[in-house]
Parts: sequence; C-alpha cells; structure tokens
Amino acid sequence: MKIGYYPGCSLHGMAIDFGKSTAATCKALGIELVEIPDWSCCGASAAHSTSHLLGMALPARNLALAEEADLTVVAAPCAMCSSAMKKTHELILSDKETAAEMKRLTGREYHGGVKILNAVQIFLEYGLEELAKRVVLPLDGLKVACYYGCLLTRPPDLLKFDDPEQPVLMDEVCRVVGTEPIEWGFKTECCGAGFSMSRTDLVCELTRRILENAVNNGAEAVIVACPMCHSNLDMRQANINKMFGTSFDIPIVYLTELVGLAVGVKAKKLGLRKHFVDAMRLTERMVPASKRKAPVAR
Amino acid sequence: MSRIGVFVCHCGENIARMVDVTRVAEETAKLPGVAVSVDYRYMCSDPGQNMIKEAIREHKLDGVVVAACSPQMHEPTFRAAVVEGGLNPYLCEMANIREHCSWVHTDKELATQKAIDLVRIMVEKVGKNQELFPIKVPVTKRALVIGGGIAGIQAALDIASGGHEVVLVEREPSIGGNMARLSETFPTLDCSQCILTPRMVEVDRDPRITLYTYAEVEEVGGFVGNFKVKIRQKAKSVIADLCNGCGDCWNKCPQKKIPSEFDAGLGYRTAIYVPFPQAVPNTPVIDRERCTKFLKDKCGICEKVCTLNAIDYTMEDEIIEVEVGAIVVATGYDLFSVGKDQPNEQWTGYGEYNYDAYPDVIDGIQFERLLSASGPTQGEIRRPSDGKEPKSVVFIACVGSRDPEKGLEYCSKICCMYIAKHAMLYKHKVHDGQPYVFYMDIRAGGKNYEEFVRRAIEEDGVLYIRGRVSKIYKDGEQLVVVGADTLSDSQVQVRADLVVLATAIVPHRDAYELAQKIGFGCGSQGFFSEAHPKLRPVETNTAGIYLAGACQAPKDIPDAVAQAGAAASKVQLLFSSDELEREPIIASVNEATCVHCRNCIRVCPYSAITDKEIKDKKGNLIKMVAEVNEGLCLGCGACVAACPSKSIQLAGFNDEQVFAEITALGSG
Repeated sequence: MKIGYYPGCSLHGMAIDFGKSTAATCKALGIELVEIPDWSCCGASAAHSTSHLLGMALPARNLALAEEADLTVVAAPCAMCSSAMKKTHELILSDKETAAEMKRLTGREYHGGVKILNAVQIFLEYGLEELAKRVVLPLDGLKVACYYGCLLTRPPDLLKFDDPEQPVLMDEVCRVVGTEPIEWGFKTECCGAGFSMSRTDLVCELTRRILENAVNNGAEAVIVACPMCHSNLDMRQANINKMFGTSFDIPIVYLTELVGLAVGVKAKKLGLRKHFVDAMRLTERMVPASKRKAPVAR
Repeated sequence: MSRIGVFVCHCGENIARMVDVTRVAEETAKLPGVAVSVDYRYMCSDPGQNMIKEAIREHKLDGVVVAACSPQMHEPTFRAAVVEGGLNPYLCEMANIREHCSWVHTDKELATQKAIDLVRIMVEKVGKNQELFPIKVPVTKRALVIGGGIAGIQAALDIASGGHEVVLVEREPSIGGNMARLSETFPTLDCSQCILTPRMVEVDRDPRITLYTYAEVEEVGGFVGNFKVKIRQKAKSVIADLCNGCGDCWNKCPQKKIPSEFDAGLGYRTAIYVPFPQAVPNTPVIDRERCTKFLKDKCGICEKVCTLNAIDYTMEDEIIEVEVGAIVVATGYDLFSVGKDQPNEQWTGYGEYNYDAYPDVIDGIQFERLLSASGPTQGEIRRPSDGKEPKSVVFIACVGSRDPEKGLEYCSKICCMYIAKHAMLYKHKVHDGQPYVFYMDIRAGGKNYEEFVRRAIEEDGVLYIRGRVSKIYKDGEQLVVVGADTLSDSQVQVRADLVVLATAIVPHRDAYELAQKIGFGCGSQGFFSEAHPKLRPVETNTAGIYLAGACQAPKDIPDAVAQAGAAASKVQLLFSSDELEREPIIASVNEATCVHCRNCIRVCPYSAITDKEIKDKKGNLIKMVAEVNEGLCLGCGACVAACPSKSIQLAGFNDEQVFAEITALGSG
C-alpha cells in the first residue's frame, strides 16, 4: 500500500514523536509514505485566525501539489493539518467562487481528487482485519481513554468523520491492538489548544478536567491523535499537579505509537522516550500474541 | 339573450380605494346580456343582499355576478341571497376584485380596467351556467374512533351518549393510552388512573360501544356518511368470552424478563400479559414474538393452568369489516428519543447527552412510572442503574422541542407543567433531595398553571436554572450536568443521581401511514392537519373525518378532552339528518365517448373513479367505461384535464363555461 504523506510542521518539530511513530508504524505495516513534493505549512491556527483566505490558500496549494503528483490518498496525521485540508477540500468542491479564488492565489488548480486521512483513518484505510493480523505484541487489557479533542470530528459538516459528539472509530483501532477503551465523558472536550502559552491557567484547568475524568473512569493511558492535545495533556501534567495539588501520572500516547508497539516496532523508534510523562512503562504491558489471555477483538 | 345582474361592492375602502367601482358598474352595464349593473358600499350587508333579491324580481334576472371579495369569503352569503330572490344558487358567480385586484395593485386606472375584465369574464361564464342541485347521500349513523387514549375514550363516550353506535379500535391490549401511565396530573395532583379508569369501565359497559383492542385499522374506503372500514383483530391467543381475567396464566408464565412497554422499559412483563392491573378489557394476550410456545413449541403452561380452557394457540388474525358514517382519529403521541437511531433524516439524537446510553438518564414517561404506585418501584423513587434513592435530580426542559438543530422547531406545550409536577412530587417523596430544572422559558399558560409552577419554586424549593444543558457525562456513580445559567451569565455544573429529560412530543411513527391509508393531511412534522387552524380545529380536510387529542398537536389532558368532545359533537351534527347534501360540483363521464383508457382512474386523488361494465339486455358485455362516484368526487377536475377524448365534464366548470371565460378575456 502506497499513500501520500503530509507531515506538516509539527511532525518535524514539537511532535517529532508523532512523526517518528507514523513513519515507523507505517513501515512495519507495509505502508509506503510518499511525501507531497515541495509542501508548505498549512497555516494551522495562525493563518485562518488572521485571514480566512490565507487559511484556505495554504492547504489548497498542498492539495494541488498532491494531485499533480498523482497522490489520490494523503495521510495528514496532525489533526489540525487534516482538518484544514479537509475543510479546504470541501469548500473548493462546493463553491465555484472559492475554487476560482484559490486558483488565482496559488497559481494551481485543485480538482478534488485527494482523499485526506487523519491518523485514525490511516488504520481504517489499511483495514482493521488486516491490522489485527499484524498484531504481535498486543497491550493486553491496557485500559485506554481515546481522546479525540476538537479537531478530529469538527466541524462535522465538513469533516464527515465519525459521530461528532460520541466518536468511536479510534476506540475500534485501540480494541484491535489489544487494549480496552474505556467509556468516559470527555472524548471531544477541548483541551485549550493554542491558548497553552497565552492562558496557561485556563488550559491547565481544562486539561485537569479531561485527565480527571479519564483517571476516574479507570484509564491507564490516554490515546491522542493531535500534537496540540498531546502537548497540553503530557507537558502540562506537572503544572497541573502543582496548581491543583493533584497527582496525575498518566502516559499520553499517540495512536501511531500504540499501534506501533503492538505490531512490534521498538519503543525507541517510535519516540516513546521523548514524552514528559514516562510512557515507556507501556512496554511492560505487552504480551506476545502466543501468550495473551483473550483473543484480540475482530 | 340572458338577463344578468352585476353587483359591484366597494368593501368600504378595501376595493373602492384602488378600483373606480362606479366606472366598473357603468362599463359592465353596457355588456351584452347585462340587464342591470349597480355598485354599493357593502354588498354583503343586509341592504346589499336585498338589492340583489329585489333586482332579481324587478329585472327578471337569470344570472348574478357579484364583484367583491374572494368566493372563499362570501360565496355562501350571495348564493343564499340569490335563492331568496328565487334563482338557483349556482346561477350566481363572484368576480374577485379585492384579493385578486384592489389589494395587490397600486395603479388605480389599471386596477379599474382589470376589475372590468374580471366582471366581463364572469358575465360570460354565468350566461352559460346551468341550474345544479345538491347531491343527497345516505348516512350510516355509526362512528369509528381510532385510538383508545383519553381523547378516543371521551369521543366514543360522547358519541354513544348521543345515541349512536361507536366502534373503538385500540392497538394495544388495553385502552387507556398514555394517560393510564401517568402518576398524578397537573395542576391539581389528582391521581391519573383514578380519574381515567371509571371512563375506561364506562366504555366497556356501554352497549353502544364495540371495543376492539389489540387491533388496527387496515383499510378505509368510501366517503363521508358511507365509510367501509377493515379492522385487523390481531390474534390474542386467548378466547375473550371464556377468560375471566383470573391471572393464573400470567402469574405462571416462565418468561418473566420481557421489558414492559407500559412501564417504558423500567419494569418487566410476562409473555402472556395484561399491560396493567386495571386494563380494559381484562383479557390477556400472548406476545407471540416472546412466547416459548410459539418460538420453540415448548412450555404451554398457560394452557395447562387455565381452568376455563380460554387459551387458544391456533387463533388467527381476523379481518372485521364495518360500515361507519364518520371517523374520529385519536391516535395520540410518542416521545422523541435522544438515541442515535431516529425515525427520519431530519431528526438527530443527543450525542452531547451520550444518546440513550446512561441508564440513569430517563425520559418523562419513565419518571411517571417511577412515581406511580402501580409502577415498577411501587411509587418509590429508585434510579434504574442501582436502585438507590436519588438525592439530586436534574430535570431538563425542551429536549428536542424548540431545537431546530435536532430537527424539531415546535414547543411540546405540556413539558413545562409536567416538569414542575415531577420536581414537586419528587420533593414530596424524597424530603432531603434536591430537584433542579434547566429551562428556556416557563410556559404556563392555562388555568391555575402559573400558580402551580410558583408553588413548585416557592413552596417545594425546586431550583430553576435558566439555560441549556450542553453535556451530560458520568463521573463515578453520579452524572455531571454541564450547562449555562443565562441569568447570572455563568457556567454551571450540577452533580446528579438521576436526570429526567422532557423529550419532545412527536406523532406516532406510523402516523403518516395512517393518514395516507384513511386519506387526510399531515403537517411537516407528522401531526395531523386540521381543516382550518382557528375556525375548523377538529375537522380534517376530508369530509367526515375528525381529529381529537395529541395526534393533531401536543396537548394536555383538558385540551385533549375538550377537542374530543368537540369532535363528538361534529359527528352528532353529521348524524342529525338521514341524508347528507353535497355540493353538486362533481365530474361526470359521457359513456358514449369514453374509450376506457383509465387515465382518469389513475389521476383521481380521491379514488372516486372506477371501472363500469355496460351490458345489453341479455347481459352481454358491450363496453367498459369509467364511472364517477358522486359521494367521493370532490370536483378537483384532474380527470377532466387527463381525459384524452373529452368525455369528462365538471359540473359548474364545463368546457363551454371555461372557454366562454377565456374568450371574454381575449376580447377585452
């Protein structure tokens, strides 16, 4: 399987663990990732908050480049990137004026021929049955809280991914790799995202609520698919404990890392050591497929 | 040459402001065939009508054109006046120079010219009019009532009290409907079953009422005064005449874990069951989809324990045919579900409340069952998940209702009141508990309603928070309700042991299907349409079919009972004469030219046209033609347009008349 790849800025920088784990896990699964030639930043939250047009033009250029390179399926693991790309894709397709304006601004025409995948969809596209066959070291019974945040499902009309209020698709992937996704109430709650710097107090409060609900419902790890969510939940945990007198110590793991572990990728290659809250402990929970208690779901 | 009178109305200033009515009268007086043309300030007034009557006599008129408002408004008035003047009512026509002219134009000269044209058209038409006489059809003085809730019960009892036979059809094994499931009723807190069950018994006892429970209307044919109805009596598997309702069968039935529909899934019933102790009739039915005898051909205990040999596993569905003159539809309501599965694409569930996944988030009717002494907890407030007494209960108003995002824009009307009742009754039972209510507005319009809500707030300490709930999530054993308090402009979180959702009142899932089957209209949300929202609130647009209760719109008990009484009086009005008079504006087929292409049969929206065989004296078939049923035809004219051989004419609108109108317009 060969698909296009849009790492975006974060997977090269602050979320290098997300980037490394995406690359290593895909390699282990036999997915060949082809980077979009000459891709640029998608603008993330900065571009669209200053200019609506710029927020669309940047992803539009990347989409056009992907199309020119015959990449019909493009994985954009960062939730912000995939959200921006999908929104632009939908708006260009639904509105001729936007399409013309994008063509004028980027000098390239995008015809809508690219299917954009977020991190969860990479595995859905790969096929859960096929994934189940590749699982060699399932994390037997590890209780995980799948945290979707805002951007994987919203805005629902444009993203058309899963149920916007009660999503389940990440849970399904987690089940396949042997973990037990818990029922909890903060799957789609906002972590504060970009306010991490300007309003740390606010982000800490929002993040505390998320962690608290996950832990109260028995989670041993929180699974994410967004660099911003990861940084707020992982990096801010010490802050939160200081601010609120709590004692959270829960690993925050990218879905790509979790799947990587289960299909036998070495923790080091996944960037698991780069976390603020120790995530290496997960490796202790891995059980060779031959010794596992219950058969893997599906 | 005809002698036609033209009467031009000023309608005060309504017409005269934009139309020079004097000129209209002068100009139309010159038209060939017009014997007299006058204008007057209010033609519909007594002096105006007298002018018409006198003119008919004085000028020996044989046709009248009244140039005034829409025939929708005053055609009956002027036709009656013409009759008093000695003419056939169908020799009177109206030219609409108000709605179609003065009200919609701004240039007086052009409007006057148009008014003259409109009158000229009608003068030409009325010259071709023929005398028509009302059609008389017999009336079967027996009524069908569909639905045995409080509205259907009231309608049936009232019609029966008027001395007429009633056939009451109820889908469930017992009558009683939703009212039988309620605990106590607002604003008096009297026990719902205590006031309802005497009515149910009355229905059972009244010899004029034939009751079919566990039955559904299968087919309705015919027309006002002469409906032919097929009712499917589902097999009860119990012979009603033998059964004395002793209860041995349901007490011994080993299938004890079937969620009870009557208890809204909070309690259990057996496979052979009566839905509740006061059921009418008190004959049980066997739920064949759950009964071991029918599923696996084992068990058979009920047959063994029945000392009266009333159990009959071989019983089959039966089709009962009845003829009735009128139908009252009283099929009631359902509650909107917050779950993911919805009956149509417009509605969506409440993902933010985790759909229907939390057992301690229940709806209003479930809370009624918890409050009810005959309910699954014998009236003790116990939450479904663990049976504990909830110390904090949150009631959420407008769940679905008034929420276009979820697909329902309307107000469900009764929720504000029953929430106040719920919170109050909860407080009466759990003294140390705290009820909270999230609301948008409190709509308590009704006798003693506002006082009732104030009592809940002031005397029973119910905490009302004005704002919507954005999220419900589980935290340990409790639920956290996150919402806004829009009065203090702040976010609120309430920890609750139980959450009660006032979900929207919606029509039954198959309401649309029933309306199609019987042949009357439904609104966009599936509530049945009344003929006029103000002036004909209990009639449908189909003659002889009336509405009662919440199938027409969300209603509380007093309103449902009042409407049922009104529907019953309309039925009695219909039954007050032996024959019905119907408008003679109907289609007829020229059998000599009809080629039996059946186009008309296909286009007729009222199924009023059928095949007819024409035979010679010896009984040999000569030809097939189409035939219009005078009782069913409503004179829409669709068949006239569809007929390729011009073999159908509509009385009052025949080709000659319509062409005369068109020619008149062209010659102006």
